[in-house]
Amino acid sequence: MSDIPGARRGRAGRVPPLVRFLVRRVLLAVLMAWGITLVTFVLTNLVPGDPVAANLGQRALGDPAIVAQWRAEHGLDKPLWQQYVIHLQGLVHGDLGTSQQSHRPVSQDLAEYVPATLELAGAAILVSLVLGVAFGVVAALRRDRVSDHVLRLLSLIGISVPTFWLALLAFYVFFYRLQLTPGSGRVDAALGGAVPGVTGLQTVDALLAGRWDVFTSAVGHLVTPALVLALYTIGLLTRFTRSAVLEVLGQDYVRAARAKGLPGRTILFTYVLRSALVPVITVAGLAFGSLLSGTVLVEAIFAWPGVGQYAYKSATTLDLPAVMGVGLVVGVVYLVINLIVDVLYGVIDPRVRLQ
Amino acid sequence: MTTLEIAALKVSIGGKEILRGVDLALEAGRVHGLAGESGSGKTMTGLAVLGLLPHGARVSGAVRLGGRDLLALPLKELNRVRGGEVAMVFQDPATSLHPMLTVGRQLTEHMRHHLGLGKAEARARAVELLGKVRIPGPAEAYGRYPHQFSGGMRQRIAIAIALACSPKVLIADEPTTALDVTVQAGVLRLLRGLCDELGLAVLLVTHDLGVMSAVADEVSVMRDGLVVESGPRGRVLREPEHPYTRSLLESLPDAEAR
Repeated sequence: MSDIPGARRGRAGRVPPLVRFLVRRVLLAVLMAWGITLVTFVLTNLVPGDPVAANLGQRALGDPAIVAQWRAEHGLDKPLWQQYVIHLQGLVHGDLGTSQQSHRPVSQDLAEYVPATLELAGAAILVSLVLGVAFGVVAALRRDRVSDHVLRLLSLIGISVPTFWLALLAFYVFFYRLQLTPGSGRVDAALGGAVPGVTGLQTVDALLAGRWDVFTSAVGHLVTPALVLALYTIGLLTRFTRSAVLEVLGQDYVRAARAKGLPGRTILFTYVLRSALVPVITVAGLAFGSLLSGTVLVEAIFAWPGVGQYAYKSATTLDLPAVMGVGLVVGVVYLVINLIVDVLYGVIDPRVRLQ
Repeated sequence: MTTLEIAALKVSIGGKEILRGVDLALEAGRVHGLAGESGSGKTMTGLAVLGLLPHGARVSGAVRLGGRDLLALPLKELNRVRGGEVAMVFQDPATSLHPMLTVGRQLTEHMRHHLGLGKAEARARAVELLGKVRIPGPAEAYGRYPHQFSGGMRQRIAIAIALACSPKVLIADEPTTALDVTVQAGVLRLLRGLCDELGLAVLLVTHDLGVMSAVADEVSVMRDGLVVESGPRGRVLREPEHPYTRSLLESLPDAEAR
């Protein structure tokens, strides 16, 4: 680094700092993705339990010929390091192995289940970002007034209530008692498969196909589980946004902005929110990771055909290729979330990208 | 000619009286130094002029500017005065400039809002201002961020921001306190020069009598929320009438040498 601040930046013919920052982060993410494959592979193979027993049953286990044949079929007779190399080679070609339960390629299984979970989790993330940040800002601006107290109480409830209980309660109240929301699944049974699966996201596919009836049905099915899933992060983000905004409001540069006679909304959006979002993004990244684990419960209760259900099924049958596939997908999603968080830091704060 | 007049200004926060009736008059082209120890109310006086007091402060008295009382103005009109007619420079440029916004953005935002300038016009004026406060390479400086400048340069940028809309009054709250001694003189010379050149009425709040004697035309000394002594610099600093002013002068490390 040069002694003169800024001397290395922005000259003609140089790579802009933001691009350099992005390239560095993406390369790091690729390296970490490789690490994830190693960890999922090792952990999966360390798990006690015999996949042969789980898949063939006790009777076949007595016949060494059948066991040996099954092991050879699934490549389990080779040394572990060779298995890993084969696994990696497959990954590079998009081959995650064959599920021992469904007898289909794991990639095909995942392609079916992952979009459902992404749709659910994505909707929950979107809702919690919008509501959490909005509630937090309102609470901070109306500090110690009634609306602040109400929002703080609600956020406390959101954080404290366990997801599985809330999911059961929501299902019981809105579906069973009030019959306001459709029950389980992603769309009404009659509309299942009515639109071609382009993205795998039911709502988006319905819009692409121009099927309004399918779209409203899909949104109706999505609302309750997504809100249930989002409630915790809404509460968390409300609290963090509130305290971050309050801290920034006390900063000299906000007073300086007032002294310049700028309108209140410019001060809020340009001066206050920009700084306040840095800690909020950090928390949001972490919270969305834990939101993924919440999908397993919510998917089970709302019969949402997502990756959580698939993971549970694979784990209980020791379907190792499937378990590794799920582990890889979840790991990569974490990675992508972290990458987005890092990139947002760089976009928001010049001190990060100009380092 | 009096540009801004502060009359019987009282401020209390949480039942505690911070200012107990302050009278000051700022004149065009003159630097009025406001001295006093910490807690004497000099910073609060500056903030009260622009209605920037902390939440829950109660104010009475009057701040007159061109026939209006700033304390009685509705927020919308007060916002036109802020930055437009009365501008402020704060103590620490490391915290008073937004760390995530470019210098250019912070220089042009209020210009465009108050003066209704277009993007290109505002940019041209901003670069001109940066040159005026002697930032080297003003055109490049426009696109940089505050952390890429030294403390003295940042305060010069803050002064350029304050001057952007050609205000009549500049309130400088301890503008050199956070700076290295070596760059203090440069910033003070700049302030003095701008005051003379633009006919600004400057209120220079400082606890540093050395700073005061270097640039102020008039000096007022505050203690416990009251102005105890006021007058031309030479008289106040050489023949102080009030015992508190005398004790302040005697507390200077090089008092014997004076």
